[in-house]
Amino acid sequence: MIHIALHFGFIAVSLALLMNLWRLATGPTIMDRVLAIDTMVINSIALIILYGIWTQSAVYFESALLLAMFSFISTVACCRFILRGDVIE
Amino acid sequence: MSIYFEVLVVVHIVVGSFFAFIGSFGLIKLPDLMSRLHGPSKATTLGLGGCLIASMIYFAGTEGRFSIQEILITFFLFITAPVTAHFIAKAHLHQHVDPHRDVPETGGKTSWSTFESCDGKRTEQLANRN
Repeated sequence: MIHIALHFGFIAVSLALLMNLWRLATGPTIMDRVLAIDTMVINSIALIILYGIWTQSAVYFESALLLAMFSFISTVACCRFILRGDVIE
Repeated sequence: MSIYFEVLVVVHIVVGSFFAFIGSFGLIKLPDLMSRLHGPSKATTLGLGGCLIASMIYFAGTEGRFSIQEILITFFLFITAPVTAHFIAKAHLHQHVDPHRDVPETGGKTSWSTFESCDGKRTEQLANRN
């Protein structure tokens, strides 16, 4: 039963990633692209967690945590750069 | 693993991935950036939270250990998602929105606080508008 739910989850999150890719390619403004990349990383974390359940191993949580931290830092740095023209003043 | 654990894990996986899907669907469906922010910052965060709770229940049920890493990821994302959305909205306001024409009046002496501080000075340069 869990395997069927995992299949459903893989399909749904992969479709979500494809829709994020669409927004990343066709986003009218640069902030749309930043938002699309941020959402892509969050969906990738969901995919990693589901894959961790699939393989029944807990080694993937560290990579998920690292991805979460890097997503936050890179998005904030990108917005700072667009706002002020500089990341650290 | 008993059937109750399995049903709990399945419900959380299905609900979580469905909400992740809904968030990304809102990202491509909604008309402008300020509306598009709602999808990822609410629905996708909830979807990821559902997947993390499913993983936590699954590993508690199979291996009998309670792992703290999922809670760590959940709290980190629940703290950072509003900050990210705020930064993106602020960058959008300063890049594409005219403070004299596009935003509603505040009713006070000064404009919105992100454009103008309370003593009337401009807080941010509107340098690279397009």
